[in-house]
Amino acid sequence: MKFWRRSDGVDAEIRGHIEMAVRDRMERGESRGQAEAAVRREFGDVVVVKEVTRDMDGRVWLTRLGQDLRYAARLLRRSPGFAVVAVLSLALGIGAATAIFQIVDAVRLRTLPVARPWELARVRIVNMDGARGNRFSAYDPLNYPVFEQIRRQQQGFTDVAAWSGTSFNLADGGEMRPARGLFVSGTFFDVLGIAPAAGRLIADADDKPGCAAQIVLSHAFWMSEMGGDPRAIGRTLTLDARPAEVIGVTPAGFSGLEVGRGFDVAVPLCLEAAINRGNRLVSASDWWLVAIGRLKPGWTLERATAQLQAISPGIFETTITPTYPAASAARYKAFTLEAAPGDAGVSMLRDAYEHPLWMLLAAAGIVLLIACANLANLLLARASARHREIAVRLGLGASRARIVRQLLTESALVAAIGVAGGVLLAVVMGRGLVSFLSTEGNAVVLQMGTDWRVLAFASSLGLLTCLLFGLMPALRATGRGTMLSLRTAGRGVMGAERNGLRRALVAAQVALSLVLIAAGILFARSLWNLRHIETGFRREGVLVAGLDFRRLEVPMERRHAMQRDLLARIRAVPGVRAAAAASVIPVSGSSSGNRIWFEGATTDVGSNINRISPGYFATLDIPILSGRDFDDRDTMSSPMVAIVNQTFAERLTGGADPVGRRFRIEATPITPEITYEIVGLARNSIYQFLREQPRPLVFLAAAQTARPATSGQLVIYSETSLATVTASITRALREADPRIAVSFRVFDRQIDNTIVRERLLAMLSIFFAAVAALLALLGLYGVIAYGVTRRTNEIGVRMALGAGRGAVLTMILREAAVLIAAGIAVGLVIALAAGKLTAALLYGIAPHDPLILVTATAVLAATGLLASYWPARAATRIEPTVALRAE
Amino acid sequence: MVMKQSARHQNRIELLQGTLDLLILQTLQWGPQHGYGISQAIRANSMDAFKVDTGSLYPALHRLAKQKLIAAAWKMSENRQRIRVYRLTKKGRDELASGRSRWERFVEAMAGILSPRRAVEP
Repeated sequence: MKFWRRSDGVDAEIRGHIEMAVRDRMERGESRGQAEAAVRREFGDVVVVKEVTRDMDGRVWLTRLGQDLRYAARLLRRSPGFAVVAVLSLALGIGAATAIFQIVDAVRLRTLPVARPWELARVRIVNMDGARGNRFSAYDPLNYPVFEQIRRQQQGFTDVAAWSGTSFNLADGGEMRPARGLFVSGTFFDVLGIAPAAGRLIADADDKPGCAAQIVLSHAFWMSEMGGDPRAIGRTLTLDARPAEVIGVTPAGFSGLEVGRGFDVAVPLCLEAAINRGNRLVSASDWWLVAIGRLKPGWTLERATAQLQAISPGIFETTITPTYPAASAARYKAFTLEAAPGDAGVSMLRDAYEHPLWMLLAAAGIVLLIACANLANLLLARASARHREIAVRLGLGASRARIVRQLLTESALVAAIGVAGGVLLAVVMGRGLVSFLSTEGNAVVLQMGTDWRVLAFASSLGLLTCLLFGLMPALRATGRGTMLSLRTAGRGVMGAERNGLRRALVAAQVALSLVLIAAGILFARSLWNLRHIETGFRREGVLVAGLDFRRLEVPMERRHAMQRDLLARIRAVPGVRAAAAASVIPVSGSSSGNRIWFEGATTDVGSNINRISPGYFATLDIPILSGRDFDDRDTMSSPMVAIVNQTFAERLTGGADPVGRRFRIEATPITPEITYEIVGLARNSIYQFLREQPRPLVFLAAAQTARPATSGQLVIYSETSLATVTASITRALREADPRIAVSFRVFDRQIDNTIVRERLLAMLSIFFAAVAALLALLGLYGVIAYGVTRRTNEIGVRMALGAGRGAVLTMILREAAVLIAAGIAVGLVIALAAGKLTAALLYGIAPHDPLILVTATAVLAATGLLASYWPARAATRIEPTVALRAE
Repeated sequence: MVMKQSARHQNRIELLQGTLDLLILQTLQWGPQHGYGISQAIRANSMDAFKVDTGSLYPALHRLAKQKLIAAAWKMSENRQRIRVYRLTKKGRDELASGRSRWERFVEAMAGILSPRRAVEP
């Protein structure tokens, strides 16, 4: 505190006074010690005398502020318990609320970091149900021919751009080096109004059929991979083994249009064929492009939509290809386009987290409220404790204004430290939350800069609480007659009214924490339910391997043999117990499906499809209930066979053994209609999501597809440590051919990552519940302890009159019980009312589950009584004689 | 201004509000003096009846200084210590005169009320 010390002379003057007094006494024959003690006794409180004396020198307010701060700091240091609790509760409340709001803001509220985002509009199909083919984006994607026609025929936009998220392998073989990629139309950066940070960006002229392999890097990738080196321009990267030249870098802060995903490299659409070896640029059944346009001045969304609707029939009529399944062609031709708000981009993250984040924000808000209530309570208690001190200072001639200002300074100091702590916590928690949301291979990239608006809001709430509750007692204390205060302070005949306010605050804290505790238990229980779902397959010891041998350019007719060979090599690796290929890895989020007709039936059934190699059921420990697994005799030349799950069999036969029955699957743009014979029945297992209902599922043989892929996924069950096995498998594949790329994921962890949201909710709500309960218990303890101190005389009298310690204990605990019960009653009402909001986020448990509410009540009641027990026990230790003597 | 009561000095008289200022001015009439000296002088001249609380004395000194009734200056004491010495100003001297006459009227009035026999029954 040296910083604030001034040499205004008061210190020296008082010091001189004391020394002279001591010397006088010593001259009269007292020892130094005696003299000093006597002088100190006579003198009184040196600090107060100095303060009041300084008051008399009218000084500029800044100096006074320094004095006030110094004084407040000294007072806080004298009662560290109060300071720590007050500062911590404020910091926690402010920090949590700000951190969560930052994320809500980043995923939900913020517009894109592009020029004039309000002019942007998404162009999409109103209702895509019934679209056939491959869908590569969750955001209502278009196919390329439709996008081309829109660009040609639309009138409402200065231009329209399209993009598609993808993943490239930067490595030259061996372990994959995945990079997040964007396919972008030549109009993309132009429409968004983005200028390069270095080099140049992809322009319309770069996106033409047969274009040069030119790519643009994101600023983050340029910094992390190339250290921001300007010579990166002109360098060559390999994307999925195709060389491409770096032509520029996007500005910092631009992370694409998908909020939360980010990107590393952007390539023009025209390179799709070259890099993917695909034909999406001509296909009407590859849905992969998210389209966004910039409205012309004077055009609204409605007007643009009307124009798009007018051109829709023509666009879909001209873009449909002959291979498009006839049964769905009418549906395709009936699609209509619309313009939708596009200023905030698109986001899976937003769709998944919007609701839970608002809930967490509400929880953090409640914690902030409880913290404020706690702070108010603490300040009120402190004011009563300092009543006498204030009276003395007034008696010594300090002005009312001065005392009010000093109390306010103290409150403000607490608030300021709390806010500072809150800012720190907000930054730390915000980062922690984002890294929590990021899962393996799926990093979350959010523009998270500290949000000053939120911080300002939370901080002003804390400040307001401090000032309001710091000021109220100050005004009351100074408003009352000084002598009255002096005589009665510390004896507590008044203050009942103020204690009533404190009791109400504590009851409110109990009520709010009951709500949070109930929510915490609910989400924890829901998470437990999700983690203990019967998946129907093995989770432990299973690896998911991604295999990519596109670079080998294996001709179609040799691909089946290649797949069989690679699988055999992997099965031969020491430690591998079983391995199989699957087009869809369970619970990975991907799926495939088609319409199916049972033999002789005219109505179709929608069924999911998984194309697998022999050994799949053994690898994942899924029992075959009837019939057989696929084996090496199932080939292109043998009859087409299928294995179905129990739900499929129930739909088909109503429970009888389906083996030997037949069904046909509708044609797709690349495969004709095929009839299959069922050779096996597998037990039900989860397909796409942990929380799904049992659905019909058909397994087809990987060896019986006419178009085998040159990349795919395997499930591998091993008994040795996963690290050694992955090394051995990588080595085995390199021996087969060094150009094969491979990547690994742990199956169990991949499944767990699908419930990150639930885990986040459970963990944070438990955390908030704990903080809330802790604050409420502190408040309860404070009020009860204060009550006991205040009633020391009364309790002494009661005990002198024969009341036993048990009776005193009961009396105090009853008082506490009334508070807790009132809080719990209100809390239960709120919890029941708020239940509807949580229902959608819960699994396997209802929000008003009585057991949960009873548990929450019991937890709070038990800990509440425990918190009151200490002051109550202190009350029983009051010695009647001592208590009465104090009177 | 209210003096703080002290249980150990029952025979002391509580100073009336406003009187401390007058006592300080009066004490300084005999020459410059520091705070401790003023308190000792008041105590001695009142035969130990008035004990001036430092918590009242120093604020009063600073207030009087601000009102320019007294002036303060730093001096070195014989033990080479910095001490703050107060002296009466012209304005202070005038205030002392008017304060003294106010006080005398006050005492007369109080006496008239507190010893009423002579006054009521002539």
